[in-house]
Amino acid sequence: MQHAIEHNHSKHAADSHDHGHHDQESMKVLGFWIFLVTDCLLFGTLFATYIVLKGHVDGGPTGKELFEIPGFVAETFILLTSSFTSGLAVLAMNKGKVNQLIGWLIVTAVLGASFVGLEINEFVNMVHEGATISTSAFLTAFFTLVGTHGLHVSVGLIWMIGLMVQLKMRGITSVTRRKITVISLYWHFLDVVWIFLFTIVYLMGVM
Amino acid sequence: MSQHPAGAADHGHGHHDEHENHGSLKAYVIGFILSIVLTVIPLLVVFQTNMSKNGIIITIVTMAVIQLLVQLLFFMHIREGEGPKYNVMTLILGLFIVVVIVASSVWIMSFNSVVQ
Repeated sequence: MQHAIEHNHSKHAADSHDHGHHDQESMKVLGFWIFLVTDCLLFGTLFATYIVLKGHVDGGPTGKELFEIPGFVAETFILLTSSFTSGLAVLAMNKGKVNQLIGWLIVTAVLGASFVGLEINEFVNMVHEGATISTSAFLTAFFTLVGTHGLHVSVGLIWMIGLMVQLKMRGITSVTRRKITVISLYWHFLDVVWIFLFTIVYLMGVM
Repeated sequence: MSQHPAGAADHGHGHHDEHENHGSLKAYVIGFILSIVLTVIPLLVVFQTNMSKNGIIITIVTMAVIQLLVQLLFFMHIREGEGPKYNVMTLILGLFIVVVIVASSVWIMSFNSVVQ
């Protein structure tokens, strides 16, 4: 009898623990979502700064002279495609196919790395042309805004590599599932921010 | 006996997850195609047409906002999940603050130079 009660009790505890665990995972996703919204505020203030300082070139080069059209168009399509492939990774996870999931994460990470590579290349070219962060208010705002986005992508890459290792070791569990959900949200968010960079900084810059 | 409830709980758990992530391949492909189209349109508008500057700005910003919605609906699955939509509420509050910051900064900074 005593044993039965204990058994029952421990089973009950395990059940409520499971339930609590699940709730906690979805709370963590919500918490991450709130972080993304605050990140929107960060980018919002940087966008406001950029728009205000856009015309203050101080006799230095303007966006029209600096921005290379093939470069930023390629960056846009690369990031867009990587947003799609990170979605495919989530689909593979929902089907429980861990290798397919890791495969799509690798594709996403390679695309993300080429995006960062193109952006670094663009920055290096600009600096060689004498357009550094201290040349004018326009360039300060430009490098801060675009650089902050590039930094987010770079951090996401390191994070993604870490997750791939963890997936390889632990497989798809409720914890890794939540982590993949969160990083795909992060990646889509970075793509959304880039769309506004593409529109407001680059397209309006070359107009 | 002890196996059964665990199995049932597991089943319920799996079912719940399935329910939570509706994302289908079709939705992702549609979202991707729409995103490509919404990226190509601004490129064409800027480089291939002779619209007025304001017309171009309004068009490309509209395309960017539509693409934001496409990504939210097709990729980030904002409509899904159960219970109160705290994520949507937070997002609306966040976007409101962003619009206020950007619009009022631009407005006051431009007006400032007029006054001087």
